[in-house]
Amino acid sequence: MVETVLVLGSGGLMIGQAGEFDYSGSQALKALKEEGIRTILVNPNIATVQTTKDLADRLYLHSVDAETVERIIEAERPDGILLGFGGQTALNVGIELHDRGVLHKYGVQVLGTPIEAIKDTEDRKRFVDRLNEIGVRTARSWACTDLDSAIRASRDIGYPVMIRSAYALGGLGSGVAMDEEQLKALARNALANAPQILVEEYLKGWKEVEYEIVRDSRDNCITVCNMENLDPMGIHTGESIVVAPSQTLTDREYHLLRRIAIDIVRHLGIIGECNIQYALDPRSCDYRVIEINARLSRSSALASKATGYPLASVAARIAVGRTLDQIKNAVTGSTVAFFEPALDYVVVKVPRWDLDRFKLVKKNIGSQMMSVGEVMAIGRGFEEALQKALRMIGTGMHGLIFNRLVFPDLEEELSHPTPRRIFAIGESLMRGTDPERIRSLTDIDPWFLARLKNIVDTGAELKGAGALRPDLVLEAKRLGFSDFQIMRATGVPMDQVRAFRIREGIVPCIKQIDTLAAEYPAATNYLYMTYNGSANDVGPRAGAVVILGSGAYRIGSSVEFDWCCVNAAWTARGLGYRTIMINCNPETVSTDYDVCDRLYFEELTYERVMDIYDFESPEGIIVSMGGQVANNLAPRLHASGARILGTSPMDIDRAEDRNKFSSLLDGLGIDQPDWVEAKSIGEARSFAERVGYPVMIRPSYVLSGASMAVVFDPSTMESYLSRATEVDPASPVVVSKFIEDAKEIEFDGVARDGEILLYSIGEHVENAGVHSGDATVVIPPQRLYVETIRRLKEASRRIAASLKITGPFNIQFIAKENRLKVIECNLRSSRTFPFASKTLGKNMIELATKAMLGEKVERIEGTMLDLDRVGVKAAQFSYQRLKGADPTMGVAMASTGEVGCLGRDMESALLSALRAVGFRIRRRTALVSTGPELTKSAWLPVIRRLKERGYTLYATSGTARFMRANGIEAETLRWPLEKGPPNSLDYIREGRIGLVINIPKSNEEEEITNDYLIRRTAVDCSVPLLTNLKLAERLFEALEHRDMDSIPVCEFDEY
Amino acid sequence: MVGYPESMTDPSYKGQILAFTYPLIGNYGVPSKTENFESDRIQVRGIVTGRMMDDHSHHEAHRSLEDWMKSEGITGISGVDTRELTKHLRSRGTMLGRIVSEEDLDSEFRVSDPNAIDLVGEVSIKGSCELGQGNSGPDVLVIDCGCKRGIVQELLRRGCRVHLTPYNVMPTDLGYDGVMISNGPGDPSLLKDTIEIVKGLLEADIPVAGICLGCQIMALAAGARTYKLKFGHRSQNQPCVEASSGQCAITSQNHGYAVDERSMPEGWSVWYRNLNDGTVEGIRKVGGNAFALQFHPEARPGPTDSLHFFDRFMEGMSDG
Repeated sequence: MVETVLVLGSGGLMIGQAGEFDYSGSQALKALKEEGIRTILVNPNIATVQTTKDLADRLYLHSVDAETVERIIEAERPDGILLGFGGQTALNVGIELHDRGVLHKYGVQVLGTPIEAIKDTEDRKRFVDRLNEIGVRTARSWACTDLDSAIRASRDIGYPVMIRSAYALGGLGSGVAMDEEQLKALARNALANAPQILVEEYLKGWKEVEYEIVRDSRDNCITVCNMENLDPMGIHTGESIVVAPSQTLTDREYHLLRRIAIDIVRHLGIIGECNIQYALDPRSCDYRVIEINARLSRSSALASKATGYPLASVAARIAVGRTLDQIKNAVTGSTVAFFEPALDYVVVKVPRWDLDRFKLVKKNIGSQMMSVGEVMAIGRGFEEALQKALRMIGTGMHGLIFNRLVFPDLEEELSHPTPRRIFAIGESLMRGTDPERIRSLTDIDPWFLARLKNIVDTGAELKGAGALRPDLVLEAKRLGFSDFQIMRATGVPMDQVRAFRIREGIVPCIKQIDTLAAEYPAATNYLYMTYNGSANDVGPRAGAVVILGSGAYRIGSSVEFDWCCVNAAWTARGLGYRTIMINCNPETVSTDYDVCDRLYFEELTYERVMDIYDFESPEGIIVSMGGQVANNLAPRLHASGARILGTSPMDIDRAEDRNKFSSLLDGLGIDQPDWVEAKSIGEARSFAERVGYPVMIRPSYVLSGASMAVVFDPSTMESYLSRATEVDPASPVVVSKFIEDAKEIEFDGVARDGEILLYSIGEHVENAGVHSGDATVVIPPQRLYVETIRRLKEASRRIAASLKITGPFNIQFIAKENRLKVIECNLRSSRTFPFASKTLGKNMIELATKAMLGEKVERIEGTMLDLDRVGVKAAQFSYQRLKGADPTMGVAMASTGEVGCLGRDMESALLSALRAVGFRIRRRTALVSTGPELTKSAWLPVIRRLKERGYTLYATSGTARFMRANGIEAETLRWPLEKGPPNSLDYIREGRIGLVINIPKSNEEEEITNDYLIRRTAVDCSVPLLTNLKLAERLFEALEHRDMDSIPVCEFDEY
Repeated sequence: MVGYPESMTDPSYKGQILAFTYPLIGNYGVPSKTENFESDRIQVRGIVTGRMMDDHSHHEAHRSLEDWMKSEGITGISGVDTRELTKHLRSRGTMLGRIVSEEDLDSEFRVSDPNAIDLVGEVSIKGSCELGQGNSGPDVLVIDCGCKRGIVQELLRRGCRVHLTPYNVMPTDLGYDGVMISNGPGDPSLLKDTIEIVKGLLEADIPVAGICLGCQIMALAAGARTYKLKFGHRSQNQPCVEASSGQCAITSQNHGYAVDERSMPEGWSVWYRNLNDGTVEGIRKVGGNAFALQFHPEARPGPTDSLHFFDRFMEGMSDG
């Protein structure tokens, strides 16, 4: 019997491995605790719920890599280890620990699926062989370890072929090659990242279907859910619109694939949870097994939320020896976990992409995952669920149609899909294109296209009717049209649409998700809303607190806001409030069945939140936990009479409205950078001439710096403005003075009636100009003047008092020579709240929630500078998956996640954090190109340090000359676009470079330059890249004192 | 979610109105090949759906669900909140019902009780018939109380010669290698003749197996009692556990009656139980060659976890 179990987390969120592993890890920890098992968690992702105190008995905020985990095993001596709850990262580290004999040495038992079975699923050759043993078909596939064998394999299979890399998460390095030239490019790239790649038969147009299977140690086996992709084979399942249950499979097909799934997991000896992906021929019943994931996955998180079956919790219990018939069905409370959920609704998942944020990125979606998040919608019709989901992704779409999108070339959009394809299909149907034609371009099953056409036809009818007709409005609502879409179709203002339908009794029904389609009574709190129904499953229960979640994970808003929502719910619950969560993101912990008293898996739109508000009549709504999505709803909810808890919506508006906030600061005597709201390019230019370049430009509506930019001269300004955004009186841009060489500081606080109760100050390592989400942040500040800190506190105090803040808030300052300027103020929790709370050891959200609920709370006196530890937050980037994107840091946020590590000193915390985001210098050779003269001199001390540390230095021509002139030897390499050896790119590709230092000449260049090629190649070949001087300085200072491999590894409470 | 053609042609549903909990029915149309059906025709009296999907899509589809129903003169109603209906049935139990068109709403509401008629008599074969004559395996007598095609196909697939006989005709010779008592509609205790026939077979000690109604008949023949469940089991996701081994299976079920465990005579034991409500899902004669399942090992629709039931039956015949 195991007593102590080590659980590996997945680290910083990245594309292909995101918040779903917070859900799975958190559920596992809770389940193990209930089983009486002591848990140890390794996960540097400080923003997660699973790293909250007391979820695990022992918490290591450290890098999930084999060396670090070995040190933890040595210290903790666990009996068992769980590898299935931290994504591909945990699985790979587990295999490495096994292969190096570490697990054997310390007597650590792998719980759940055994290592050999994991290898059967991960190694392509073993996978095919093992499945052949039981006569299960796999796609024709060759495992290749070099370019020549890949070419031979492709010729044998015949083009087009599919390239995939083994041991990779989310299809990293995969793609379709139509000919030999494309094959070479793809294969070369993939081979740089993985020892083995696969060349496979390309199953174009086949249906893609997934099953989630659970098996226990006594061979009991169930399939929890199946799912069908709307986008057929060729588009990664993480990039596809997915529907559960499958819609176009017959009983025979459904159960054929189910049978095979069970045969496979039995044959391989899977114990726990497993996902199997199939391709199914739409013209026969032929199939191929594409992939098996012997672990919790993004799909299993989706299946879990789609069915109400707590897969991660069940898998964890199975791993420690329980069997399915011994585990209770937590949803019904009376039945057991050995059953297969019956769905009486339709679930649709839609991915969320943020490709527009990246310069030079390839915009087409395909076999490699690039989406950063997803949403899940529930309805009693496909149309209803799909239109809900398209609104939920939060990209300003209102549903399938009545969006203001412009498609220059519709056929191109259909045949070469981008994130806009589904809308392009809607548009094509609006223009009367035959669905058969769309099918031939997209291979999407006619059943789905008929549903889309149904939406379009109803939209047209609505438009043609001229006025609101009850029957038509009801039909439209049943197909998922929002009041806004009805407004666009009919011209009737939205408020009147709402009033009309409420008068006509057209309101949504509330239904439960109970895992058994109402066959037995179930005490479930998991709810959704639909217009395809005639009665509610539940009645309102007054006295509740509604918490708005954060919606789809996206760049700028992810797991950190989920942590805030979950902590707010826990706090409110602990105070005896009934809690209601509204959220639509299946990758979250806030949508777990046991976090709140009622969960509405619903849209975070004004319309839907008001529907719920009208029904439940709650005490009030908390809008300040779910990030900007939730916060943006405050004014309209308030205007409709909903009670907003915490800071008044009028004051929220005073902080959000740039003009009002600016005059508020003026009144308080607090400085801010000069700015103007420019309604024309001319206006922007004359402002810049007045205050002097550089200036920062941003569209008036900003979410995490989307299309923000710093420009240094008039010509860049003009090219940026003409390219990135429209400028006219209706959509002005804000231009502000950009202050160079300034420090940026985060002030996170909790206040009640304008009095600050608790605060945290975070110092950015990088100078202002790097988005706070991408910056490396240190708490408490290590290099701020005492005077700066005092001024900072004073300014914050005055702002909090003036805005009468109750609840969480965040102010961003810049400081130069002790002069402070405010650059932003948000009256909500911020990205840094979990990091600050955990570093300070004070739960800021708990305090904020109590304050908002009017509980008695005491001011917590200055703990900041007494702290014996330092926390460093580092950004996790996903550039490897964003084909072509230029990996530079700028004012627009580009990171997908973060880690936060602690240390007794700044150096060890920084090195821990960098290690945790995968920064490892594997050989002491550096390629340096440091931009213009000025930056070259600035970099000189760092480069000198490198030399002293024994690095072999390579440099591009100008930099090499400069170095030599300053007495530093360097070998000159040619620029990428220069002909002949020795070429810098070849050196990187051949693995001869351990570190690349490259300084972008300007933030706004968007062309294939030499510098870009160096940066991009470094990323593609997994070579660490430094582009920021301040970070480099701190890094090499730290390395003077500490080696990356000997950073102390301590448990959370030991710091 | 799947399996509406199979369910609608299942003779056990004879005379009933079937309400689907999954809201979209008809997505993949109806195939032309009748071997996918469980009998030659639609057996249900009517169906209730959330939404009847007319634009279907599947390479095997021959026509839409609606066209098929029209061609067989079967009534359906769509646009119903079937979750609400399910909750109603769950709390009040299975009940009589009628599908009425709006024009007829004012007229007197009368319902006919399908249990008042001899349902099994309607679906059972009228005269004997033989299938798989070319097969070289054992001769199996199938007592047809409304036998699903899937059961016969599983036997044929294993090489049996299948002799179908009406539910109320005592077989003249007992020279069969084994007997299968089929599924069928209604209350098992009404089938006095069949119970008597099975009593004789059990005494003759030839391998006897039963499915669904056949399980209840075997229990009655052995001396046990059956009763009507408040909520019948009608779904493809019923969890069952084998009593002796603890091995679990997901099963397809369609029954309103069950064997009363307390009435099980000596020499008989419970083989399977339902994990949800603990009711009897299979019985067997201790040390003998008679056993039966309350659920449907042949699936169609539903999971195929229990196909080994037929292998076990085959083994029993070869041992004998």
